[in-house]
Amino acid sequence: MSSLAQTQPALAAASLPKATAEPAWVKWTLVTVALTFLTLFLVLPLSVVLYGAFELGVKVWWDAITEPDALAAIRLTLFVLVIVVPLNAIFGIAIAWAIAKFEFKGKTLLISIIDMPFAISPVVVGLIFVILFGSQGWLGPWLSAHDIKIVFAVPGIIIVILFGTLPFVARELIPLMQQQGKEEEEASLTLGASGWKTFWYVTLPNIKWGLIYGVVLCNARAMGEFGAVAIVSGRIRGETNTMPLHIEVLYNEYMFTAAFAVSSLLTGLALVTIVIKSWVEYKDERRHKTA
Amino acid sequence: MSISIEQVNKRFGNFVALDNVNLAIKTGELTALLGPSGSGKTTLLRIIAGLEQADSGIIRFNNEDITGQHVSERGVGFVFQHYALFKHMTVSENVAYGLTVKPKKFRPSKAEIAKKVNNLLELVQLGWTADRYPSQLSGGQRQRIALARALAVEPKMLLLDEPFGALDAKVRAELRRWLRRLHDEIHVTSVFVTHDQEEALEVADRIVVMNKGRIEQDGTPEQVYDNPANPFVYEFLGNVNLFHARVKQGQSSIGDLQVPSPEYTNSEEQDGLAYVRPHEIDVFNLPQPDAIKVKLDLVTIVGPAVRLEVLAESDQQLIHIEQPKEQFKQLNLKQGDTAWILPRYTKVFLGEGI
Ligand SMILES: Nc1ncnc2c1ncn2[C@@H]1O[C@H](COP(=O)(O)OP(=O)(O)OP(=O)(O)O)[C@@H](O)[C@H]1O
Ligand SMILES: [Mg+2]
Repeated sequence: MSSLAQTQPALAAASLPKATAEPAWVKWTLVTVALTFLTLFLVLPLSVVLYGAFELGVKVWWDAITEPDALAAIRLTLFVLVIVVPLNAIFGIAIAWAIAKFEFKGKTLLISIIDMPFAISPVVVGLIFVILFGSQGWLGPWLSAHDIKIVFAVPGIIIVILFGTLPFVARELIPLMQQQGKEEEEASLTLGASGWKTFWYVTLPNIKWGLIYGVVLCNARAMGEFGAVAIVSGRIRGETNTMPLHIEVLYNEYMFTAAFAVSSLLTGLALVTIVIKSWVEYKDERRHKTA
Repeated sequence: MSISIEQVNKRFGNFVALDNVNLAIKTGELTALLGPSGSGKTTLLRIIAGLEQADSGIIRFNNEDITGQHVSERGVGFVFQHYALFKHMTVSENVAYGLTVKPKKFRPSKAEIAKKVNNLLELVQLGWTADRYPSQLSGGQRQRIALARALAVEPKMLLLDEPFGALDAKVRAELRRWLRRLHDEIHVTSVFVTHDQEEALEVADRIVVMNKGRIEQDGTPEQVYDNPANPFVYEFLGNVNLFHARVKQGQSSIGDLQVPSPEYTNSEEQDGLAYVRPHEIDVFNLPQPDAIKVKLDLVTIVGPAVRLEVLAESDQQLIHIEQPKEQFKQLNLKQGDTAWILPRYTKVFLGEGI
């Protein structure tokens, strides 16, 4: 009798987890499927890129990425990033602020419109801007009269990439700022802080991780943007080719090793992005744990 | 600092949140804005602070028109219901905030700020939390820190929006007594919002009762409780029994009971409503002249008090009564017995009810 009473709790404890857990085979099947999928579609291609890039040795790789056209593409891509990412960060903060902290008509419409760049095919985006700014386009005559070149030039590239990566920061910040409300800002104002100081000391620290996350995503997408850029850039070698376009040119000319070499750079940047992103997520999670 | 609110109106869309509000608050007073949910208390408080702009009307501090002045220049301390502490700053950084954001030429030195923060944390009895983050404190502690933060800039007035609303009953009661003592110590003009009449009665020097965007009554706790200006205030400040009454020439009759109503000496005979608070009714175990005969329907003992629900024999009206337990014991009555009741104090308002 007494031994039964003693064993029963142990039995109950052992059988408890089973009530909510799936059988082991389900777990292992799911894990296997997920891992196979990842290997096939992520790890394998990445390895191929790296293998292709270094197949003929580091020297060949180095020559491929220091060749003038490649350097021009790298420079152009970085230049575009330096302009696009800060602009979209500022825009993202501004629009998230407006949506989260003010009441106005057409707010829901605005929120949906922000997502448009994700919904429209990049090729169509490219075409839109060609139609707007091209020499045959609506603003074409005016632009050429003032000697401003947008399409088939760097400004065009910047504009389409700006457009394509517009939502990243805003989408990250809108829910965050909505959830935080405006009480902390109001507290800061009543304590005598100006609007600017309130933004700097209260708003920004509160959205810091979301902002970094959005910027990282925006950055990744801006580097890799292809379709829209392909259309507005005119693909002038050494002038309006960004890295993805340059890779395509090399590929079309059967210069596979060079194509892989430049690809390996983009891939490397992507990996750095992912590392930063994971770090941000990790930091953010820790912050939530202490909060 | 005195506050004067003159003909303030505020709408949200078509909804009238404040309807021509006039109010004067004297220097050093602790005033409670009391009213049901949605009556415009928060809106009024936020307009005083400058967090909200009135559609029309004037706000004066010490007779100076500050209606157009920015929040950050009004020098008010505001305490929010949900604390609104800066999550990413420690407690001492939170308290120091108002001083550290001052323009350079007005900013005290680091040492002075540190000293002041320490003093304030002592004042709210939370010195040991200086290096913690708000998330590591209890609700009551957070609210005291929020108060210390508001006091750091030496505000000309303190505005508190349901400061204890998010806390449990016991902590609430403790904190409001503590707030009262604190106010007696520092004497800063304070306005606090509450929808808890007990809190207002206990803490405030003065109570402003609001309803539907209007001020119903404004006076000391005694005035408001003992002489409610209208049925709304009467009902809002505690439980009440309602009886139909006929009012005629300074006399009201409630059934067979006659009570004097000197305020209606000159009136024609008309309908009225008589208000009687549950603790202002005497209970007898023997017939009394004029007394209403009732049956004890339910007897509940709540700590030191007894709550009775009785049914009038004549019309089966339900009447609530509250008595000290000792007093009720001496009557030797129990549930189901017959008893006689007499209101000790009755307030009659004219008109067919509310
Ligand atoms: N920003 C706003 N937009 C629209 N309506 C509002 C806004 N702020 C307040 N209101 C409305 O104004 C009315 C008064 O609100 P207020 O917050 O002043 O009430 P309150 O007396 O503080 O109530 P509670 O006790 O629930 O806090 C409410 O009906 C509310 O819905
Ligand atoms: Mg309120």
